Amino acid sequence: MRYHTPTSFADAAAIAASATGTLRFLAGGTDVLVQMRAGMVQPDDLIDLKHIPGVDKIERTAEGGWRIGIAVPGIVLGGHADLVRDWPGVVEGMNLVGSTQVQGRATLAGNLCNGSPAADSVPGLIAAGATVTVTGPNGSREMAVEQVPAGPGKTNLAKGEVISSITLPPRGKNGGDCYLRFIPRTEMDIAVVGCAVSLRLEGDKVVEARVALGAVAPTVLLSEACAKAIIGTTLDDADLAALAKAAEGEAKPISDKRGTKEFRIEVAGVLARRAAKIAYDRARG
Amino acid sequence: MSKIHVTTTVNGDPVEFLADPRETLLDALRNQLDLTGTKEGCGTGDCGACSVTVDGTLVCSCLMLAAEANGKRVETIEGMAKEELHPLQRKFIEHAALQCGFCTPGILVAAKALLERNPDPTDTEVRYWLAGNLCRCTGYDKIVRAVQDAAAEMRQDHRGAA
Repeated sequence: MRYHTPTSFADAAAIAASATGTLRFLAGGTDVLVQMRAGMVQPDDLIDLKHIPGVDKIERTAEGGWRIGIAVPGIVLGGHADLVRDWPGVVEGMNLVGSTQVQGRATLAGNLCNGSPAADSVPGLIAAGATVTVTGPNGSREMAVEQVPAGPGKTNLAKGEVISSITLPPRGKNGGDCYLRFIPRTEMDIAVVGCAVSLRLEGDKVVEARVALGAVAPTVLLSEACAKAIIGTTLDDADLAALAKAAEGEAKPISDKRGTKEFRIEVAGVLARRAAKIAYDRARG
Repeated sequence: MSKIHVTTTVNGDPVEFLADPRETLLDALRNQLDLTGTKEGCGTGDCGACSVTVDGTLVCSCLMLAAEANGKRVETIEGMAKEELHPLQRKFIEHAALQCGFCTPGILVAAKALLERNPDPTDTEVRYWLAGNLCRCTGYDKIVRAVQDAAAEMRQDHRGAA
């Protein structure tokens, strides 16, 4: 295995584009090292991205959003008071990934590129309208986060492409977000279902909403039906019931050892309702 | 396969060694530097027995390549006791917060990292912080009590020194 430590994303993309064998990018490593250990992946080339300047930074964008470096670990996100104030749902999703030790290494970009439909940080990013900058051998492009996953363990990044930063839009006034997941214990487990809601209010009324569902389809879903169910409402009981029904309609889960299809569908509705309520309360401040 | 020259600081001592590119920090600590206090439980980041700090951040040394430690500051269980045992170590003995002891180095390193960030945690905070450190003997209650007792003593000492 060749271990590369490029100092720019252009160099990283060039190494990746010319690699002929199995390739992995290394950010936090909490998935890649486990896969290597288990023998699932034996990389010929491993590209450590942490020597690239800026990958450990969280910065305000000119528009008032946030640019997050691809090697920023969960514990640093959780400790960033201004980011948490703007996007508590994004941060709480990431902070649910693994233990304290895993939080010391694991990254948003890694969680996204690992391609798990149950990835805890991904619904929050999608609900927030986050985008990623993807750098490849022919330059950079922007992608919405929801366009990145292609199915379990797969992404829509082309050969030689690598995520070079994550951008959260400006939160703006009267906005709130939330991520909730169901697990059968209190900590250290994989989501049976996850749901993130981000919304913005004018007065008591929801005027913008994005709802993402995790672990109920091959990829994390952005649900327009769920958003429609609550836009223009004040989240009364009937509105929340409509949201739950929409979430149940969107969920297309499988049955596995962590939950049956029927159970997941019902929990998707419950979590959508609860997450929307919390996001609403946060938006009201 | 070419080896990677790694220069790092372990418990304050500068060290250098040649690492296989696939070698984990855990394997380098145990096999190259003879620091066998850090234990290998699962090797996949689930059990926390291999906990160390890298530049002050608590990590599983099995989930990090030795090459990634280049230029970093690593602290292991061997660096915990100075002239005397660390209060956490003493309190673990007093409270019998261990039986087989295999998880203990990792839990001590993790608990020390907690108390550096939060000198007065609640029991719930201790339990969540240590959720990634598995212990199959104690049932955790004695561990939480030992951490809290050590924290109380360290706060007292801190006030005494101030």
